Amino acid sequence: MEIAYTVRPRPDTGVYNAKLGMWLFLASEVMLFGGLFSAYVFVRVGAPPDTWPHGWLSVPLGTLNTLLLASSAVTTFLAWAACRARRFDQFKLHMGLTLLLGTVFLGIKGYEYHDKWTHYEVRLKDGRIADGHLVKSRTTDEAVVLKGRWVEDRRELLDGRRAHGAHEEIRIAREQIERMQNYAPRHNTFLAIYFTLTGLHGLHVLGGLVVFAYLWGPGSRLWHLDPEHFTNRVEVAGLFWHFVDLIWIFLFPLLYLT
Amino acid sequence: MNETTNPGEVYRTAVARGRTVLLVVAVVTLCMVGVAYAPLPDSGWRIALILGAAAVNAFIVAGHLMHLLQERHVVYFLLAFTVLFFVALMGLCIWAHGDVPKPGAVPAAKG
Repeated sequence: MEIAYTVRPRPDTGVYNAKLGMWLFLASEVMLFGGLFSAYVFVRVGAPPDTWPHGWLSVPLGTLNTLLLASSAVTTFLAWAACRARRFDQFKLHMGLTLLLGTVFLGIKGYEYHDKWTHYEVRLKDGRIADGHLVKSRTTDEAVVLKGRWVEDRRELLDGRRAHGAHEEIRIAREQIERMQNYAPRHNTFLAIYFTLTGLHGLHVLGGLVVFAYLWGPGSRLWHLDPEHFTNRVEVAGLFWHFVDLIWIFLFPLLYLT
Repeated sequence: MNETTNPGEVYRTAVARGRTVLLVVAVVTLCMVGVAYAPLPDSGWRIALILGAAAVNAFIVAGHLMHLLQERHVVYFLLAFTVLFFVALMGLCIWAHGDVPKPGAVPAAKG
């Protein structure tokens, strides 16, 4: 039995069913991300003065990722336009570019996550604090080696935009360590909400890439049977991708710039 | 999107639109980063400018790439309902934020 209105618009709604279904899904996504954005705003506004971190994320990498995702949104749009113009070769090209750009976006995000995961704040028993990246190859059972700097006061760590001295190699005997914690979600509220928001967004990017890979590969067989139906699938997947881009458009300034 | 019968024309129009969108989004993004580093006195204004620029980018992507500028009424209705629901939930949060018992208003525990 054929599913009704997958190609032609329904007379009462004016759109085909998959498109309406995608808009309903995106409405639920607005509520999901809206709740998390609100949580961010409430937590940030409620934070005591001079306790919210600034400049902890790489603005050049964030800007690059914004441009990559915007480019992928345009290539998705062009892939759909190529389908409408019955130019399958151009669809393949633009969808392939979207896959490439999305994968590079995730690669950069993975690099940023790794950078945070290997970044440690080490509090010594004498009250001193060392902050830097773990040198895994030189860390032993007796001592931890960081490439970083010493700080007198923990508040110095809050503003990453301030210029600080060159990083040096710091060797700390393990028995001197009172507390050692990486810049993971449990480190503080900012990182908890950063990893939650960008992690959920990253999962959406991954999901979109899986769908695009299907449409680019095995799913493209539908083109030869029913090009209009295939074009609609590309449009619906594209709507999801543009929404993912929209979320990043707000995540970037909120987390990286303000 | 405007219905054009000529497939070649459809594609050329889309390419021109895609290029314009990408250019505008890139320029606005770079302005946003510039504002973040600019020596502005008040951080409240800085945040407002940055989020305003983000809203411009969002409008361009939603309006042109998601075709929201020329969409069916049912989609507008759906989105309006979503916004209404979201605003109502936010309102509840803000209302509950100030709903803290005053000292002395809470009865002492028995026993």
